[in-house]
Parts: sequence; C-alpha cells; structure tokens
Amino acid sequence: MEKNKDLKDNELNVPIAIELAKKQQEISVASFFEKNRHLLGFDNPRKSLLTTIKEAVDNSLDACEEGNVLPEINVEVIDMQNNRFRVIVEDNGPGIVKKQIPNIFAKLLYGSKFFKLSQSRGQQGIGISASVLYAQLTTGNPARITSKIGKKHDAHYYELHIDTHKNKPDIIKDETKTWNKDHGTRIELDLEGSYQKGDQSIDQYLKQTAIVNPHVTIIYTNPKAEPIIFPRASDKMPKKPIEIKPHPYGVELGVLMSMLKLTETRTLQSFLTNEFSRVGSGTAKQICENAALLTNTKPRNITREMTEKLIEGIKKTKIISPPVDCISPIGEELLEKGLKKEIDAEFYCATKRPPSVYRGNPFIIEAGIAYGGKQNSEESMKLFRYANRVPLQYQQGACAITRSVINTAWRNYGLSQSRGALPIGPITLALHIASVWVPFTSESKEAIAHYPEIIKEIKLALQEVGRKLASYVGKKRRVQFESKKRDYIQMFIPHVGEALKDLVNFNDSEEKKVEKLLAEILEKKRGKLEQVEAKNLEYDEEFANIGKEEKEDDQEEKNESKEK
Amino acid sequence: MKKTKSNVALNEIQNIGNDVYTRIKKKRAPELKMPLRALSNVKYDPKDGFFELLGKMKERTLTAATIKTFAQTLRMMAHAKSVIQNDDITTKREMYYISKNWAEAAFKEQPESDTVMEDVEAMMMVNREQMGFIPEEKGGEVAGKLIVVDKDPDTGKEIKIDCTKFGSGAYSIPTSVEHLKFDTNAKFILAIETAGMFQRLVKHNYWKKSNCILISMGGVPTRALRRFIRRLSDTKKLPVYVFVDGDPYGIGSIYRTLKVGSGNAAHINEYFCVPKAKFLGITPQDIVDYKLPSHPLKDVDLKKIKDLLKNDPFILHHKEWQKALKQLQSMKVRAEQQALAKWGLNYVIEKYLPQKIKHPEKFLP
Repeated sequence: MEKNKDLKDNELNVPIAIELAKKQQEISVASFFEKNRHLLGFDNPRKSLLTTIKEAVDNSLDACEEGNVLPEINVEVIDMQNNRFRVIVEDNGPGIVKKQIPNIFAKLLYGSKFFKLSQSRGQQGIGISASVLYAQLTTGNPARITSKIGKKHDAHYYELHIDTHKNKPDIIKDETKTWNKDHGTRIELDLEGSYQKGDQSIDQYLKQTAIVNPHVTIIYTNPKAEPIIFPRASDKMPKKPIEIKPHPYGVELGVLMSMLKLTETRTLQSFLTNEFSRVGSGTAKQICENAALLTNTKPRNITREMTEKLIEGIKKTKIISPPVDCISPIGEELLEKGLKKEIDAEFYCATKRPPSVYRGNPFIIEAGIAYGGKQNSEESMKLFRYANRVPLQYQQGACAITRSVINTAWRNYGLSQSRGALPIGPITLALHIASVWVPFTSESKEAIAHYPEIIKEIKLALQEVGRKLASYVGKKRRVQFESKKRDYIQMFIPHVGEALKDLVNFNDSEEKKVEKLLAEILEKKRGKLEQVEAKNLEYDEEFANIGKEEKEDDQEEKNESKEK
Repeated sequence: MKKTKSNVALNEIQNIGNDVYTRIKKKRAPELKMPLRALSNVKYDPKDGFFELLGKMKERTLTAATIKTFAQTLRMMAHAKSVIQNDDITTKREMYYISKNWAEAAFKEQPESDTVMEDVEAMMMVNREQMGFIPEEKGGEVAGKLIVVDKDPDTGKEIKIDCTKFGSGAYSIPTSVEHLKFDTNAKFILAIETAGMFQRLVKHNYWKKSNCILISMGGVPTRALRRFIRRLSDTKKLPVYVFVDGDPYGIGSIYRTLKVGSGNAAHINEYFCVPKAKFLGITPQDIVDYKLPSHPLKDVDLKKIKDLLKNDPFILHHKEWQKALKQLQSMKVRAEQQALAKWGLNYVIEKYLPQKIKHPEKFLP
C-alpha cells in the first residue's frame, strides 16, 4: 500500500528509474569478493586461515619452480589471541621486481598464470590478493611484503592495502631493506582465524603437500610454537612444465570469439596456425574447408555465426592430440613412496594413465593406494585428492574424483560398497590430476569439475589400481587358505607319530624325530609359504601423526566448552 | 587256525607300519594305498560269480583332504595290533568310542569309523574278524533240516545243534562262522527276507514238508549270514533259493548282495557271497500272475531301478534282470512277500512255494 502511495507521489516528479539509476554503478571485483568471500575459500575462520596459507605456499612453490630453485618454504603461524593469527610465509624463490609487488599482492585478478596454458598451482591470480583482502577486512592491518631478486639487489618492503572500490593497491609504506637472503619473497598477514588439528588442518595440508612434492623442504611453526620440519626427500626438481597454446578441440564459442577479436594475425589461416597447438597449414586449410570459410578471412570480420561454423569445422577435422610433455606428473614411484611414509599398510601400488585431453587441455591422472595394515576395515576409503600437486581438502563430495571413486565397482576388487557411496575397507587412495588448466568448480579450488573425459580417465586409473588390489587380495586369501590347510595337516602329525610308535615299536625321542621329519616333508611338498604382506620400512609414525587430532586436545576443548 | 590267521593280519599291520616309517626316514611323503570300494570299481564275471575289484586305488597321505583319515587309519591299525597281541576283540561300536581318546583325530560318527575299518581290511586284504573287530549285528536265524557242529567256548568240545529242535524259535547264526561244521540231508536252502514270512513257514513246519533249511535274513544279509549260507551250500552242495519282496530293494540290495556281494565290501566278496543263489520270488511277473495287491513305487524306488539298470554290473550282465526291472518300472508298483496272504494265510505254503519249486529253471538268475 505504502509503496503504491510512493509511486503516486513520485509520478508527478521524476520517473522512478532515474532514482534507481543513482544506485546503479560498476562493482569492482574487489568489492564483489568482499561480499562473496566464501567463493574464494574464506567461508569460516578455520578455513580462512588454511586458505591464506595455502595460497601463499602455492605461490611460493610456483615461483621457486619457475625460477628453477629447489624450494625451501618457511611457514609460521602465530597465535595473537582473540582469534587473530599472524601468518608468515617466506620462500627462496626468484623474488618479484619492485614495480610488480603491489599489483601481485593487492590487485585481484592480476597474475602471470591466467593467460598461459602451463601446469602450475595458481591459475587465476586471485588467491593471494584475496588473502590480503581478507586480512584487511578482518583486522584492518596491511599486508607486509618483502622481496629480493638477487644478491646485488636491495630487498623491497611494502605495506599494502587493497582499495576495494577501484581494485587497486593502496601503498601504505614502501622502503628498501637489507635482507640476509640472496633472493626470495616473504609475506606477513594478520587475520581472523581459528586453528585446529585434524582433517582439513594446516598441518595436514602441509604434510600432504610434502608427500606429493618430495623436492620441497617446508619448515613449519604451528600456533603452539612447535617447529615441524618436512625435509626434502629428493634433490631432483620435477620436470619443468612447458607452456602450450590451446588445442582446437574443446575450445568454446565465447573463448574462440574473444580470441578472434584479440588476435594480431591477419587471416583465419594464420590465426589457426599461430594461436593453437597442433595446427599446421594443412590442418588449418582442412578446418576452413570443413567450416566453409575462406582461409584469408580477416579474424576481426568473423561473425558469431561464422564462429559457430568454425567450431563445427574444428569438430569435423582430425587434429592430433595436444603435446603432453607440458605436464609434469608425480610419478608412480613417488606417489607410492609418499603413501608409504604416511600410511602403515601392507600393500601399496600406483599407476599413471597416459595423457588425455578435455576441452583441448591435456591432463594426466595418477592414482595410488595403500591397503590393509593398521587401517580400519569398517570405515570408508580415505581419499587424498591432489590437483597439480596441491592437496584438495574441502568439498570432497562435489569433486569429480569422488564421483569417479563412487562410480567404480570396488566390489570387484574385494571391498564392500553400498550404492552411491565410497567403498568400505582398510584402504587409502591418493589421486592426482595434473593439467595445464585444472577445471575447478569454483575459485576456491577445492573440487574438480565433472568433465566426462576426466571422470573416464580417473575411473580407468582406479580400475588399474583396483585390479592390482584384487590380485593382491586374492593372493593373500590363497596364502591364508594354504596356511590354514598346513595348520590342519600339522595338527595330525603327532597322531601319525604316536600310531607309528606303536606300530613299529620305537621310543619317544624317535617319535619326536618322526614328527619333525613329517613337518619337513610337508614343507618340502607344499613349498615355502609365500610372504605376501610387504614390510613397510618407509613408514614414519611421527610423520604420520602430524596433523592428526590429539586426544588430549579434544579433552581440553570439551572441558573448555563445558566451562563456557 | 585262528592264531595263524591273526598272525597274518599282525604281520601285515607291522609291514604297513614299517613301510610308512621307512618312507618318512627317507624324507618322502608317507602314503597308504587301498582299493576303492565302490560299484564303479568292480566287475562281474559270471564264471567267478561275484563282484571282483578292479584296479582303482585311493590314496591317503599328507594332504588336507586325506591327512585326518591317514592318521585315523594308522591309529586304528595300532589299536588292532594290540588287540591281536592280547587275543581280545573290539566291537565296531567300541572302536568308535576308543577313538574319542584321539582328540582332533576322533571319529565324529560311527559310520566314519566303520569306513576306516573296512578300508584297513581292503588295504590288507584280510577280514576284520582277523584283526579282532566284531560287528554288532546278528547273523540271521535258521530252522529246518540241519545240524550245526559248533564248539563249547570253554572246553572246546564239539556241540551238535539240531535246527529242527527249536520249536517255534530258531537257531541264531554267530558272528563268526568259519569254524562251524554241518550235517544235513535237506534238498535246498530257502533264504527269506522278512522275519514275518520266516515265522509263518516255521510255524507250519514248511521245512518238514519240503525237506529244506529255512534262513531268515532280516533285510540286507550280514557278512556272517552270507558266509554261513556260502559254507553250508558249498560243503553240502545245496541249491539256494531266495524269497524276498518284489521291489527294487529286495532285488537290487538284498538278493544282489547275497549272490555277488556289494561294491562297498568288494575286497571280501570272494568269500562273503553265494554265487549259486537263485531268485525264487516275488518276481515282477508274480505280481501279475498271482494278482497280488501292490503299492505304487515311490520316487526313491524308481531312482533305485534307474540306478541298477545304469550302474550295477550284475544287472548289466543279465538281460532277464533288465527285463524284470523294466517291467517293474513300467508297472510302477511293488508287492510284498506277505501280499500272498490275500489268497489265504497258508496260500504261500500250499500253492505259491510248491508251484515255484517245481520249476527251478524258471527262477531268475
């Protein structure tokens, strides 16, 4: 009623649209994420603290690998009371030139990785600046960055805020510093958070990172001021990923249109050969022919309809798969080694699928399992997910990896499984997807999108490890059966001895001899009992316990909450 | 006589024990080999007249499937050894209870123990009585023109038992018959399936009228009974006529076992069967000829007929038997001995048996 009245009143004056227009304005990315911070992984204090560390560490590792330096990352989390934490992440990477520091850390969607197709941890150029924004929102304190690019250069120190309206860095302090480090970058943030051990903890994240990045040393000081060191297990840098151009298969209409608009090439023919991988002049001609477009059409003049034709043309043309040497997988051996360190099991195996392609992006799936041992056989499978060597800790349910695990028939491999659920059994699965562009379901990079090609490859990898598992379980069962049989036979040996004693008339010591001989004959006849359960010498209990919930802590927390 | 036979068994037991022991000493898997006692491992040669073992053997050694019986066999042999040495006996049931001292090697049920006992017999080709194992079952009953010469267990003096002098009762065949001697002037032996029919024939002194010896089998004839009839018929050269129910059990189990032995006891058939026995009745044709009241054949009966026609070497050898069984199969009925009572209680004595015995050439083989 009242609204109607307002409308009437305004009718005579100005159209309401004009009034409304006053409020309509451009929203900066920074403002958008200020309101939608959950999209970036800052939904709650515990996760925010983890996301911040994760973004900083991912960036450090990417930087070191790009700079060809064996990474040594220092992570420190200081409890500042009142749910505030100071996070310090320092690396020995190549450093950042002075001019770029404010943009990289205090401007969202600014980065080096978005426009190139190459396997890296970071992708969009949002993560670390989002952390800076989050810190600023929760404590008001600026981000403090130090970076040095070489022995002979000074270290630069910045204190930065983000101007959320303009999505621009706001430089609070800019000075030169001496730093007893040849090169590297250090970021210090104060933010609201909460620290807790257990699954999805910082400790877990760092440990899992260490497992799949054996070339990395991480020195971690947790909020209880306990130092934990994850020393590097290998001095070999992973094979450096190679940057590639997109492959025509799977390129989408919108992307193709913007590529056509932005290209510097002058003909469709040269556009195709220059902007895509695996397209030579022959293939380009073939595409044009199949699309019924002229090879010398100017890219700028290509309309939406023509672009659609072009896509059809691409689909009709046979183009060889994208180069796959651009991906750097962990490798079966290291994956298995990582599992051995973490899980005390009796059987380990890993597999690496040949490279495959989704939407024109090459990717590789690797899977490893640890079975049996001290793992609980009543619980669901434990799942470790990795994308480009980064552990994924949240949103397991939404992830294509989880979907693939659920859709695999584990009963064939000796585990029990109800419909639509993870299998039950004493098993841990580690699954890694490496790609030039990992399709996450959201900016917070927690779950892999459900591309059919990816799901299919994951399933194939799971089937491979599943088959190995089944053959192990079968073998174990056979050996157990054999051992049971032997025990059964052995049980009757004394009876044979006793009967012969009466039949042949010998004494007790001869009887013992006969029994011993019978045992020997049995052993000789049935062969040595095979030892199927491998002894895991690499298991490190101390390492395995890192990040696990401590029972005492739980008690304390419970007591605390009771007091409250 | 008994002593020396026991010594044969004793020696055999010791030999087998030594063989097993020697193999173990040489670090070779010990094994016991014994003939497979089954219908599939016998042949029927009418010249010899009984089921003879073929070569199939079963083996017990250090395998999960055979170790238990391997140990049990040896333990039973060890027991037999001490029984022979002490001149004692063990009943089959006692043997089963003795095994209860063997912990995990004990027999669960007596049939298990009986089977191992028969295996030991078959392995050594001796008869269980030679090892001091005595069956529980009775041997059967005799009435008629026969004097059995036995010995007094205490004094060893001869005792003459006149089987005409039991009145309405009968002489009971002992479990061991090897030492018995016979005196008779009877014309034939009539072996009868049921005690009821035996009673009727005894009551009316049928043996006197037809000058014969009546023997009640009471179902499938025991070893002692088979041996008794065999020795009696052999030494006194008497024909043996068998009178059983007209059904697959009477033909295939009772008559067949008496005449040629069984697959299960194939190792001792040679002495424990009566090859000269002939089948007097009730034949399938009798059911028709005498219009006997009948019962429908049950599934088990039909299955038994099928089995006999397919697997029994004795039936497979005799076309007449195949014909008779097929007749039974198509009539789908069976008739009991006592069904003859339909024509009057003594019809069997006055009409049936005399008519039959007039034409022994018509008996089934």
